[in-house]
Amino acid sequence: MSLCVQQARLVLDRRPILDDVSIALRPGRLNALIGPNGAGKSTLLRVILGLEPAAHAHVEFEGSDFHALPRRERARIAALVEQSSATEQPIDVHDAVMLGRLPHQGLWSADTQAEDEAVVAAALARTGLAAFATRRLATLSGGEQQRVHIARALAQQPRLILLDEPTNHLDLAAQMAVMEILRGLADAGLTLLVTMHDLNLTAAWFDHVIALHRGRVVAEGAPEAVIEPGFLAEVYGVAASILADPATGRPVIAYGPQKFLAGPAII
Amino acid sequence: MVAAAGKASALTLTALRRLKFRIWMLGLMLALAASLVVAVTIGPAAIGPGEVWAVIAHKLGLIADSPVSRLREGIVWELRLPRVLAAAAVGAGLAICGATMQALTRNPLADPYLLGLSSGASVGAVAMLLAGATLLLPLGAFLGALAAMALTLGLARALGAITAARAILAGLAVSALASALTSFLIFSTATGDSYREILAWLMGSLAGARWGDAGLVLAALAVIGGPLIMAGRVLDGFVFGDAAAGALGIDVGRTRWLMLGATALLTGLLVAVSGAIGFVGLILPHAVRLMVGGRHRHLLPLAALAGAVFMVWADTAARTLFDPRELPVGIVTALFGAPAFFLILLANRRST
Repeated sequence: MSLCVQQARLVLDRRPILDDVSIALRPGRLNALIGPNGAGKSTLLRVILGLEPAAHAHVEFEGSDFHALPRRERARIAALVEQSSATEQPIDVHDAVMLGRLPHQGLWSADTQAEDEAVVAAALARTGLAAFATRRLATLSGGEQQRVHIARALAQQPRLILLDEPTNHLDLAAQMAVMEILRGLADAGLTLLVTMHDLNLTAAWFDHVIALHRGRVVAEGAPEAVIEPGFLAEVYGVAASILADPATGRPVIAYGPQKFLAGPAII
Repeated sequence: MVAAAGKASALTLTALRRLKFRIWMLGLMLALAASLVVAVTIGPAAIGPGEVWAVIAHKLGLIADSPVSRLREGIVWELRLPRVLAAAAVGAGLAICGATMQALTRNPLADPYLLGLSSGASVGAVAMLLAGATLLLPLGAFLGALAAMALTLGLARALGAITAARAILAGLAVSALASALTSFLIFSTATGDSYREILAWLMGSLAGARWGDAGLVLAALAVIGGPLIMAGRVLDGFVFGDAAAGALGIDVGRTRWLMLGATALLTGLLVAVSGAIGFVGLILPHAVRLMVGGRHRHLLPLAALAGAVFMVWADTAARTLFDPRELPVGIVTALFGAPAFFLILLANRRST
């Protein structure tokens, strides 16, 4: 296990957002965090990074107390790719990715070093964006912009990457492109935790699934163990059938108009 | 192969930008030096650049005997030079404040004037002035600016998440209230010839700026503006919002309040000398962004230089166009600034 989160707790306005969440992640795997809207998925990512001052959690990364480290050192270990990273400021792809070098640079130094440029170039190449360096971020498609944000995370040279619904609002090809990149990063030995809404995509790509519901971990395990009809009915309130992908054997969820579907009764 | 090509282009890209930045720096420094000398020569009494240099050299002890008469020397050294220097410092400071606030609030319309800081500072300054505590005037201006900023951000927060539109609306309300307070303070206490004083604080004016004033704004610029310029890399980290900045290792809460506090302090000290001057803090950062891009380590020093040059000429126009009457310099900056702002909005629209 490289990332261990113990008893993460967060109460806002007397409403428990996270209620004793403990998870442990292994490197080299694709770990998904699923659950309905408001389950606490995005919050958990911020709590892990230490960005929720009101939260209580013990977070260990590779055996040491992560939150005890200075902020900048934390940013050299862990990176965040947010759900929506928009800006009104005109910025080009190269500069957007170069921001990932911030934790490695002297805050007062004027110029970037050759090493920063090399890391940024490698991050752009890894995300298939080498030809986009001078393009304005705003002129890129949604899928390309998402890859820019992943490249920025890579420029931090992290060992842990947290991604918040990285495939949202992307067309199918762009979703596959993002998933291929994430698969490659996991295979390279990084620890990844990815919040996901698309359960079919989750079932097809991820190795390990953690399900949050109302701030608690309600299920955890391999996709086929977690994503099953009873779970979907209880946590999402949706009746669905589970099929097996003939090519891979992975679970495929079939959901349609609820009254036509056989399945567990909905409360 | 692809990676190598990408690396090569990125290196030349950065080298090109660095070169471009240095050329702009050099150009604007020369422009500022020329503007300072030429602006001092402009006025009712015709004084040439040679005489200006002679006076400066004499006063700095570089030459023993001045070839310039005492009267003309007084005009240069006591009247024009401090005023021109004060204008340059105010312009540079406002541009730094504007660029910093735009980055920290992620609001392209943020500047000390639009968010009410300048008007708040005016209230504080005028209150101290009327209370007879002239020495505490800069402190009053700072407290006024700080209160106005807290009120603006608080009001905007009360409307929901802070957006550009909400911050501007809140700033408008705070600004109107503060301007009314300033007018009321002067109306209720000052006698006779107070109208010009009201105008000076509400519209901004550098009339009557002496060495004390110039020294105050130059010191404020060096002590507060200098570190703000150097901290540009931190501002870059805010481009994609608070969580992104936090994930990049920035202490978001502390950094934001420290830097906004510094802009309030700088604004307060500038306003203590010049009154509330609009558009400088808004437009010059945008204009520079169009030239060199949004990287703050490049943007901030260039915006400061451009702001200084702009203010020197705006103030020269203010004191000479309707000579012997003084035009409040805020009118000049608004006359140039409002249309320029519209052009920048158009240019930004095309480029994004």
